[in-house]
Amino acid sequence: MAEEKKQPRIGVFVCHCGTNIAGSIDVKAVQEYARTLPGVIVADDYQYMCSTPGQTKIDNAIKENDLTGVVVAACSPRLHEPTFRTATKEGGLNPFRFEMANIREQDAWVHMHDNAGATAKAKDAIRIAVAKAALLEDLYPKSVPVEHAAMVVGAGVGGIQAALDLANAGIKTYLIDKLPTVGGRMSQLDKTFPTLDCSQCILTPKMVDVGRHPNIDLRTYTEVEAVEGYIGNFDITLRKKARGVLTPTEATEKGIVGGGCNGCGDCDAVCPVIKPNPFELGMKPRKAIYIYHPQVTPLIYTVDFDSCIKCGLCVEACGEKKAIDLDMADAFETVKVGTVILATGYDIFPIEKKREWGYKQFDNVITSLEFERLICASGPTGGHLIRPSDGQTPKKVAFVLCAGSRDNTGVGKPYCSRFCCMYSLKHAHQMMEKIPGCQPYIFYMDIRSFGKQYEEFYYRIQDEGAKFIRGRVANILEDAKTKDLHVYAEDTLLGQPVDLTVDLVVLAAAIEPTQGIDPVRKMFGVSCSQDGWMLEAHPKLNPCGTTTAGVFLAGVCQGPKDIPDTVAQAEGAASAASIPIHMGKVELEPYFAQCIEEKCAGCGMCVNLCPYSALALVEKDGKQVMQVTEAKCKGCGTCGGFCPGGAIYMQHFTTPQIVAQIDAFLLGGEE
Amino acid sequence: MAEGEWQPKILAIICNWCSYAGADLAGSARTQYPPDVRAIRVMCTGRVDPLFIMKAFADGADGVLISGCHFGDCHYLAGNFKCAKRMFLMKSILKDIGIEDNRLRMTFVSASEGAKWANVITDVVETVKELGPSPISAFNKN
Repeated sequence: MAEEKKQPRIGVFVCHCGTNIAGSIDVKAVQEYARTLPGVIVADDYQYMCSTPGQTKIDNAIKENDLTGVVVAACSPRLHEPTFRTATKEGGLNPFRFEMANIREQDAWVHMHDNAGATAKAKDAIRIAVAKAALLEDLYPKSVPVEHAAMVVGAGVGGIQAALDLANAGIKTYLIDKLPTVGGRMSQLDKTFPTLDCSQCILTPKMVDVGRHPNIDLRTYTEVEAVEGYIGNFDITLRKKARGVLTPTEATEKGIVGGGCNGCGDCDAVCPVIKPNPFELGMKPRKAIYIYHPQVTPLIYTVDFDSCIKCGLCVEACGEKKAIDLDMADAFETVKVGTVILATGYDIFPIEKKREWGYKQFDNVITSLEFERLICASGPTGGHLIRPSDGQTPKKVAFVLCAGSRDNTGVGKPYCSRFCCMYSLKHAHQMMEKIPGCQPYIFYMDIRSFGKQYEEFYYRIQDEGAKFIRGRVANILEDAKTKDLHVYAEDTLLGQPVDLTVDLVVLAAAIEPTQGIDPVRKMFGVSCSQDGWMLEAHPKLNPCGTTTAGVFLAGVCQGPKDIPDTVAQAEGAASAASIPIHMGKVELEPYFAQCIEEKCAGCGMCVNLCPYSALALVEKDGKQVMQVTEAKCKGCGTCGGFCPGGAIYMQHFTTPQIVAQIDAFLLGGEE
Repeated sequence: MAEGEWQPKILAIICNWCSYAGADLAGSARTQYPPDVRAIRVMCTGRVDPLFIMKAFADGADGVLISGCHFGDCHYLAGNFKCAKRMFLMKSILKDIGIEDNRLRMTFVSASEGAKWANVITDVVETVKELGPSPISAFNKN
């Protein structure tokens, strides 16, 4: 801590950032002002401080002027603090003797029409930064080992890909999913655009791979219960929900040799309880003991304890395998991992909220996901598309795009859900392929066919005979007798109203973040954007990372994406998540709390305030003092904000440093 | 900045993870707001010692803004909540010593709320401009 130090000698470097800063701020005036500040030995400016010549200026200035601190006035420290810390280190100074003044994001860019105001603000910002720089001290990051394991939360196609990549890189990977199987949304789809690959055909091999990969510990029907720790050392408590059925391994552990579930389905046959099947969106029945869908991985039955009446027929039917345990309870286990990937996917927006389209009021208005199940060979109708009202084959079908997406009414979602245009084109194609003489009508705002081979697919569907009507559907009404539907819209290209009678309406409903995901997101300390999707660390430069070190994002949980983009991001996230693990250790920013023992009264208030249990009272020289476990301390400074005796020294955000900043702003300015 | 017009001195202490990022977002979106606020970055609003607020007012600040994450979104679980609880106390102390309590404000701006940050700053500046110079800054001058 506070050793005897020499008088501050500070160098200030003001960046023009092309015209980004220089366009609104008088950089020369700011630079000249900086030179007059107490402690400033050298002040310079440059077009691009982050460029090699800019960084060399810092390097040289430190050596030539024996600087004790460096201030760069440029963009946000959230962008370039690491760059300039490295430059400071190159110059021979401790990298934590660097301070940044944000005169771009929080000055030049937000006061573009007020040059005088922006310039005055830049001067103040530099004065504040110089005051802090004068009090900065040498700090040393703490190096901690990284557990050679990772966790992927959510086993849809994104989670599966991420887990396979990590496992193939030699990392033990826990792949967890709240459902009894892996596969996610993709397993509900029939075909995928624009190649028309069968969704199950391309997904199943990957599902099988995660089931038998030696490095993957697959935990289905499992949720995250609690998260502790930090990058390299997360302790994650998992809730293994009571499945009511033992796997062969579990059975063997219990001494039932040769027992456990082999997926024969004898229990399913005798179970008397019939419930709607959520995988088929309620369009097919399922028993209280069930497999989620025919291709489940792992092939183990699951008891739905919410509907099970515990009659015991299944136990009898199971016989010697003794796989069923109707008294099973949730089990908890804590595992240690170095990094985590969240791949928690999405849900369908409850489109019945858009009352004007009649979903759940009219039988023959369905969602696109219901269409997927109806057209799928393994679906409730064996792949025969029917009208729910009468079981007839529909001939005229209206597809309503942007159903709840790009909707600023406050009911729907303002964003584009990104894949609805393309799957609706695919639906039109599938219909025309299966039902001779049928006519799809596509009501659209814009067709967004942005991906590789997507535009070509759009033309193909046009050529095949689908009719495109550019207009948002205003209203849908039902003919009470025939159950046909009247679709009302304005054709905005012809400038005339449309009243179209169709047999079936398919709503391309918007998507939204998975229901109930917020507690999980918060456990991992990940922020969300205004629409609820998880927030990446930087949209362009760190799209897989989050603000929690060691936690990464893959797939739609970060924002709407189609399958190619999800898999690409999953591979990116897996690569990012494997780096700290392969490095073997990570450096933690040294923003630790320290106790100034002579000031500590041993009251213990800080101990209770610390969210990470990093502080404890210990006996030292006959009195109680606080002691910090640095590896647990994340540097929030809450203890420092509350210590009544000022006995907590918050490294890099010390009380003298912050008070100096306040004084510099309010007392140090030009009058 | 109009010549001769009184410019309030407003200090903002904002957290690194939400409000500072939100303020950066307002920047990248080029959302314009008045230039009267100077920000100091801390990792969490939990770090805000009441001393900082009192020191700012004693130094003649016309307004102080503390801005953190939304409740439940704190990067450090609940630092913002612990800070917010103190704001009531701080406001009542300010009132007792004759400083209008709306010179001190705490807001919650997330990393994705650039537009909200601009609105907050605009509103804080308007509020402080309406109140005029802090009684302490007048006292300091005498």
